[in-house]
Amino acid sequence: MEFNAMEASAKECLAYYQAKLDEEAWEAKKNGKLVCWSASVAPPEFCVAMDIAMVYPETHAAGAGARKASMDLLEVADEKGYNIDICSYARTNLGYMELLKQEALTGQKPEKLANSKAAYVPLPDLVITCNNICNTLLKWYENLAKELNIPCIIIDVPFNHTMPVSRHNKEYIADQYRAAIKQLEDITGRAFDYDKFFKVQEQVQRSVYWWNKVATYAQRKPSPLNGFDLFNYMALIVCARARDYAEITFHKFADELEAKDAAGQYAFGAPENEKHRVTWEGIAVWTYLGATFKGLKNQGAVMTGSAYPGLWSLVYTPGDLESMAEAYTNVYINTCGPNRYEEFYKVVKNSKSDGIVLHLNRSCKLMGLLNNEGAEYVNAKMGVPYVSFDGDQTDPRVFTPAQYETRVQALTEMMDENQ
Amino acid sequence: MYTLGIDIGSASSKAVILKDGTDVVASAVVQVGTGTSGPGRVLEEVFSNVDLTQEDMDYTVATGYGRFSVENADKQLSEITCHAKGIFHLVPSARTIIDIGGQDAKAIQLDNKGNILKFVMNDKCAAGTGRFLDVMSRVLEVPLDQMGKVHFQAKEWAQVSSTCTVFAESEVISQLSKGLPRESIVAGVHQSVASKACSLAYRIGVKNDVVMCGGVAQNAGVVDAIEKELQQSITVAPHPQITGALGAALMAYEELKKQNK
Repeated sequence: MEFNAMEASAKECLAYYQAKLDEEAWEAKKNGKLVCWSASVAPPEFCVAMDIAMVYPETHAAGAGARKASMDLLEVADEKGYNIDICSYARTNLGYMELLKQEALTGQKPEKLANSKAAYVPLPDLVITCNNICNTLLKWYENLAKELNIPCIIIDVPFNHTMPVSRHNKEYIADQYRAAIKQLEDITGRAFDYDKFFKVQEQVQRSVYWWNKVATYAQRKPSPLNGFDLFNYMALIVCARARDYAEITFHKFADELEAKDAAGQYAFGAPENEKHRVTWEGIAVWTYLGATFKGLKNQGAVMTGSAYPGLWSLVYTPGDLESMAEAYTNVYINTCGPNRYEEFYKVVKNSKSDGIVLHLNRSCKLMGLLNNEGAEYVNAKMGVPYVSFDGDQTDPRVFTPAQYETRVQALTEMMDENQ
Repeated sequence: MYTLGIDIGSASSKAVILKDGTDVVASAVVQVGTGTSGPGRVLEEVFSNVDLTQEDMDYTVATGYGRFSVENADKQLSEITCHAKGIFHLVPSARTIIDIGGQDAKAIQLDNKGNILKFVMNDKCAAGTGRFLDVMSRVLEVPLDQMGKVHFQAKEWAQVSSTCTVFAESEVISQLSKGLPRESIVAGVHQSVASKACSLAYRIGVKNDVVMCGGVAQNAGVVDAIEKELQQSITVAPHPQITGALGAALMAYEELKKQNK
């Protein structure tokens, strides 16, 4: 039966478009079009303007983690000699790439690939990466390009040691964009389509608008939005912000949240079920999404704030490369401590959180390094207590539910005292 | 009014019966924890010395890793809250708590009303906790309750630097085979525990008075090593192993008062 986006719920749209993006990538591959693997906050605008199908390894790895399929892929990476101290997104993806490569070379689908619950996506013809959220992405994508003998587009984004973003940084990044355009013209053998590029930029802005709009529902008290839903819907702001799929889904989700609020229905049902509001800092523990959510829910704690979904608040003026450069560089984890702490403070304040949960993510030192400092900054300004726990985004071996539960319970007990 | 606090840890089970939120009527410790006969035995023991039964308890709070497995509990609370409560009751000047139990080490900062301001705990690794000392006691052939006494016989402290219990065990075996005095290695083991516990305390900021609790606080060698690491004296809580259970009983009393308002 034909999918009818008008009649479908936001959740149905999310599932449909996620699957559709993978199908489109396979369709592109079949028709001789190019497929690009992209870092999650690298700009997709250039490739989409050139009709290249996009696949996002971080989202793919997160999905594999959520479906309990990452361990198999991590083991493949282990067997290839990748150290377990390397980011688990990178290892999950490099393990997956290895299986796809074996399939391409032998014509036989390896057992682990055939049995995997991870989404089945095609190998790339090129990769694009950007170091605005971490530097592992450089070596990871360079490695993919080397292993598969394909081109690698790198958007090099300097770290913003001072804020606001300096003019020379913006000019430098705009030049990086121009170099990427030239590289794409060489790879495709076609002139860059500036008209389509402008339209794609406009689409990204509409997607970002609705993404940010959805996030604002968690600022209402009680919150109609369960913040963990943002972790699920994030797949589309990553993978489909350059398409109308994200806009359609988020618009629908915003309407649903509006209706829910009007009907007096909130994240945990009745308003009195929202006993606490917490900000979550760091990437989700995809392999234990249910356990981390329930650990909070059991204490009546709704996640209303997180700086993490805000990574895709990529607001810029279409047609202005330097404006687009600024949007892709002022991602909060690519900025100096004081700016980062202030951004975090705004998240906690706007979400009306009375507690903070910090995910000390073994994979992501960049997000974890200043967690405590940020929480101390907020604590000094607002007196909001915080707690940290050890975990990992996709390596299930690092997280222990009982340890998490104890810490979350202690946090909510501190929040009770404060009330 | 009687309230009962039960602390089911990873290595031991503790219980305290409190009368009217002030008087400890009975307490008991059984040296096995969650998942064993410990929880049942500690209840038998705590009631065996008094003319009371579970039915006489007006409110029961369970804490520790096994808190959700205690059948008669009216409420479960985290051990962080309970230790803070118990320690502040015993030592009102406490501002920093260092608690080292069977597999947990934690540092808690309190304000002058006993509210928890911050806390941190060890997470993925149990090196520097009671289990670590258990392993070392076996390797060194020094009974756990003698470790503190042997510690003070050391002229020099050996260095036990590994953060992993298994590797530290190899390190200790290697030092024994090199002929290092046993007492020096014992002191080195205590220094290793102290260094890990203090790194937690440094993360929340050390404020006086520093009070230590948990089963490991009964080891005077570890207390000495912590004092040297922090370069200051610390207070060991009276009956340091039952502070969590005491805190649970106090919280139970507060809960009753809230309900009776």
